[in-house]
Amino acid sequence: MIQVQNLSKTYSGTTVLKIDTLEIPKGQSFGLVGNNGAGKTTFFSLLLDLIQPTTGKIINNDVQVNISENWKPFTSSFLDESFLIGYLTPEEYFYFIGDLRNQNKADVDSLLAKHEEFFNNEILKNKKYLRDLSKGNQKKVGIIATLIGNPEVVILDEPFANLDPTTVSRLKKIIKELAENPDVTVLVSSHDLQHTVEVCDRIVVLNKGEVVKDIQTSTETLQELETFFAV
Amino acid sequence: MFKHFINLELKTFFRSASLGKSIGLKILMGFLAVYFLLSFLVIGIALYPILEKSFPGQKPLIIVNNFVIFWMVTDLVLRFFMQSLPVMNIKPLLVLPIKKEKVIHFVLLKSLSSVYNIFPQLMIIPFGIFCILKGNYATFNIIVWMLAMYSLALIVNYTNFLIKKKFAENIKTFLVFVVFGLILAALEYYTIFKISTTIGTFLNTLVEQPALVIIPILILTGMYFLNFNYLKHNFYLDNSLQSKAQEATTTDLGWTKRFGEIAPFLQLDLKLIWRNKRPRTTVWMSFIFLAYGLLIYPNPHYNDSPAFFVVVGILMTGIFMLNFGQFIPSWDSNYYGMMMSQNIPLKQYLASKAGLMSVSVVVLAILSTPYLYFGWKVLAINLACATYNLGVNIPVLLFAGSYNKKKIDLEKSPFMNYQGTGATQWIVGLPLMAFPALLFYGVSTILNPESAIIVLALLGIIGIGMRNFLIDKIAEGFRKRKYATIDGFKQQEN
Repeated sequence: MIQVQNLSKTYSGTTVLKIDTLEIPKGQSFGLVGNNGAGKTTFFSLLLDLIQPTTGKIINNDVQVNISENWKPFTSSFLDESFLIGYLTPEEYFYFIGDLRNQNKADVDSLLAKHEEFFNNEILKNKKYLRDLSKGNQKKVGIIATLIGNPEVVILDEPFANLDPTTVSRLKKIIKELAENPDVTVLVSSHDLQHTVEVCDRIVVLNKGEVVKDIQTSTETLQELETFFAV
Repeated sequence: MFKHFINLELKTFFRSASLGKSIGLKILMGFLAVYFLLSFLVIGIALYPILEKSFPGQKPLIIVNNFVIFWMVTDLVLRFFMQSLPVMNIKPLLVLPIKKEKVIHFVLLKSLSSVYNIFPQLMIIPFGIFCILKGNYATFNIIVWMLAMYSLALIVNYTNFLIKKKFAENIKTFLVFVVFGLILAALEYYTIFKISTTIGTFLNTLVEQPALVIIPILILTGMYFLNFNYLKHNFYLDNSLQSKAQEATTTDLGWTKRFGEIAPFLQLDLKLIWRNKRPRTTVWMSFIFLAYGLLIYPNPHYNDSPAFFVVVGILMTGIFMLNFGQFIPSWDSNYYGMMMSQNIPLKQYLASKAGLMSVSVVVLAILSTPYLYFGWKVLAINLACATYNLGVNIPVLLFAGSYNKKKIDLEKSPFMNYQGTGATQWIVGLPLMAFPALLFYGVSTILNPESAIIVLALLGIIGIGMRNFLIDKIAEGFRKRKYATIDGFKQQEN
């Protein structure tokens, strides 16, 4: 589904990301872990064509992302709160995203109904603008919005951060469900090793911009990762 | 502490993403400032001899004193439109061990260095010196008079801050000021209560009794602390203190659906305007500007220069277009990254903005039709200007938008949410007004005003005809510069 070739990103002489080759097959749930500054968000920003690669390219379902925009209809993402529109209510935001993804109101409503438990009655019909919601609740809105319109690639940057324990376990359930669908490729980044191991088939460790580990998840994975990150 | 603040200010300016544009504007503003400084100095020096010559037998100082209120009102109006409020990025300072009072004092005192507060001195001081040299006044008394005049200028300065903030906040409280001003004007006009002579008499007495200077100084102190209190109450990241937890209303805006593909963006833009203070202010501003013609048309002085009517016409029908359009796509800067990773055809995004501005131009043009009272020519020029705005200025603004990298943070607290509400926003719009005016002037000199009107309208119609093509080209520019834009919008600015 996603191919990375000779990708690098350099800011005034400092290379922050360098991935020679990486292939993510369709239907995989892919976890990206690493310390702060390892290049996780840079990689996702490159994948979404928000920044330009210094060298190399990313191909998303046969579309080179920095040349054509045809990857957009089947790719959805939530990187941070700047993906939300503060002066809309959550409902309006969902419908807006729905409009962009050719989903009518009924489609969006049925998706929202499915995730009512995840919202925990704090999001919908609360007469609040997104800017007035707490960080965690904003995140819930952003994450569910990525599910609108049956995307084939879902990109979530640090989805577990800022969420309460109950919501984290509900979110894991949602991601696992997504991962079970053979048509959906999920990309998740985190520095929480345990959560990532639980939801991902494959884990790639970035360190200082380079891939240092690439493992298929098994029972020993968590142990292996913890040893790696222990000082 | 103030030293740190000044240091921070310099850094925000020089390290900003839009440095090039800012410097360009600053240089232009600098030239204008020097020009006006010199003009005021010349007026200040020439005032005494002119008054002495024109009104023999009357003391120039007394004439000036009677005129002070008119100067203050004009000053206030000009400042309202031109002077930008001093702002500061307070968020990083809130949790540091810095007294709030200090920051507020800094912000308020900073405005003293504003060029608008130097202009009055350039008139007051030379005139005062003339009074001492030729008018037989004691030096001390005149210095006290100068002090009083300077206090009046600063009173205007701080009154303007309050009014501007009220205006941005709530149009109703602003109306109180307007009504109050109108009542005073009416009393003055019908000579029921002449505030001009009252202030004149007061200033005349002040020259005799220097101790009275305490009154303007007290008023000034009062104004200063009104501002101080206002800012202190708003020294928070949210504006919970004044707007009682605004209840969100989910609106459907289903009627926009008939606009087809641009509907989602149109809905978004309408919500952007109604739910955020900054863009909402530009709407109110447009209606106020409709009255601009009243200042110009009745004045026979302008009748010989219809080219100036073009400026008025462009401004009246295009004021919303200018104020909204020059900040595209900055209005969406908070979530621009999301927009760019969504399945958004840039063309529709731009078409929606263009549509919104077009509607505003049409509405304002319709509202300006009563100016027919001043002759068919005025109306014809206004309509031609509206067409020109629709066809030429809207694409130009959109094109310029693709170079826009300055973030507008709509969620900022009221403490600093005044970016782009000063003289600079008019300067950006200057070419958009000057070019059609020059064109009009050229054609009407060579041929006649009627053909000039037709040329303007024709250009507009050609532009409207080519809109689809133009928007395609502009969208390409947006696409090409998208990385720079996303990067610029990520920066925190004040």
